[in-house]
Amino acid sequence: MTGRERADRRRALVYIAPTVLALGVLTVYPGIWVLWLSLQRRIPIFEVSRFAGFENYAFLAVDARFWSAGKTTAVFTLGSVALEIALGVAVALAINTQRRGRRLALSLLLLAWAMPAVVAAKLFEWLYHPSAGLVNVLLGWPINWLGDPAVALPAVIFADVWRTMPFVAVLCYARLLSIPADVYEAAQVDGAGRFATLTRITLPLLGRILLLAILFRSLDALRAFDIMFVLTGGGPAGTTETLTVYAYRALFQTLQLGFGSAVSVVVFVLVMTVAWAYLRLLRAGAVTA
Amino acid sequence: MSPRARTLADLAVVLALAAYAIPFFWQLLTSFKPEAELLRVPPLLPSRLTLSHYTAVITQSVMPQALVNSLGIATLTTLVSLLAGVPAAYAVARLPLPGKRFLLLAIVASTAFPQIATVSPLYLMMRTLELRDTWTGLVLVHASFALPLTIWLLAGFVREIPIEAEEAASVDGAGPVAMFRWVIVPLLAPGLASTALLTFLFSWNEFLFAYTFTVSEASRTIPVALALFPGVFEVPWGDIAAASMLASLPPVVIVIALQRFLVRGLVAGAVKE
Repeated sequence: MTGRERADRRRALVYIAPTVLALGVLTVYPGIWVLWLSLQRRIPIFEVSRFAGFENYAFLAVDARFWSAGKTTAVFTLGSVALEIALGVAVALAINTQRRGRRLALSLLLLAWAMPAVVAAKLFEWLYHPSAGLVNVLLGWPINWLGDPAVALPAVIFADVWRTMPFVAVLCYARLLSIPADVYEAAQVDGAGRFATLTRITLPLLGRILLLAILFRSLDALRAFDIMFVLTGGGPAGTTETLTVYAYRALFQTLQLGFGSAVSVVVFVLVMTVAWAYLRLLRAGAVTA
Repeated sequence: MSPRARTLADLAVVLALAAYAIPFFWQLLTSFKPEAELLRVPPLLPSRLTLSHYTAVITQSVMPQALVNSLGIATLTTLVSLLAGVPAAYAVARLPLPGKRFLLLAIVASTAFPQIATVSPLYLMMRTLELRDTWTGLVLVHASFALPLTIWLLAGFVREIPIEAEEAASVDGAGPVAMFRWVIVPLLAPGLASTALLTFLFSWNEFLFAYTFTVSEASRTIPVALALFPGVFEVPWGDIAAASMLASLPPVVIVIALQRFLVRGLVAGAVKE
């Protein structure tokens, strides 16, 4: 190793040190601590604090509320990601046809994405108001969107789709911009119609970015918290309670630090497993593509 | 397509997206509606517009203090994560770093990290260090949470800087500090802007940590204040609408005025590998 290389290595370590320190103290250390907490029975208000082994996890296996939250999380994730992808691609294609007004179109689109989820929740709480909400006024039918267990979850999914679809649309739009014009010219020369161009050229070229969009959005949807916590608080009758909301309530509303940590560990493992599976899929796709 | 049909098609897209933004515009309209007309719809349009909800929110609620807290915390979070992130990104992109593969993997993995996983230990930590309900506590947590994405984005932007620029400066005898000050940071400026916007928005919008680690107006950020907006006998829809508009002011400005940087950052995060 030359002196220059050694100096560069030392510089690199100095540059990375603050990051390693911050992530070590505020992410990795709490990440290990939460595993330890999940093995304990800790209820501070009753001064209970003892090692419990896998008791919390054993309880989760038979906890109906946990399984219901798991199912809600799955339905929420599948529903919102599927809708976002379908709508996002459509919007990206529409903006891509524009000759003028793209900037304005993107501004209108990104408005929903840029605001805090709490604001989106407040917007939709008002839109879903049983008597004065815009949705029911336009429908002419008084549906109790957030109070009726049959429609509350779809209502929450819709609010989430509204706020996050623009992200998918922008990613797809950027990919569409990067497709060279001569690809389309060649297709035209070969006599490909509009539909054939869309299904044979445009959509396949979007494939990889769509996989990435699905990955990012699924990870976000699996850990979603703000929108249902503010909009419904997990109600009515627990129909919109996701795993993250359940974990949060166990931790900070019923103050079961050990048990709540066990639920958070499950969310953690779930998210990481999905991320890992997708990355494998992407890598496999990269080899064939 | 004829030019006229073309224009109509362009207009149709804009109108469709304006319709998509109706939830926002409806809340905007609500924030100017007289109290008595809020629950009396139809008609959809108010008979007159009023500033009374904004006056109420600004003079009688904790919103002004929450705005100050959010501006302060989001700005400091952005500064801290850039200060730590720029050198780290440079090391990742340009220097021979031992264990680089592992570090990159850790960075990617931690962008997927769910906040709920660390909220309980962080809460205990904040309590022990007496950082609950302080700006410092939230800035540290937000910055460390934003750091992986910051580094990921910036490393991509650093790779786009022509290496010749650095070599030339190095030949001229520029030390590391001068190199950052005069070569890297200026060339990185658009990338820095994109990254800073995304970090600022993350901190401005973040709810779970802010809700858990704050106790009073001293540090409550705007999403927390909005979620806890008080109603005595009935829900003050008009005031909530006005407060929502204040909470979405910076995001709206960013979307309209700084759209280019925002889109660049969003896309860079997804496409770079």
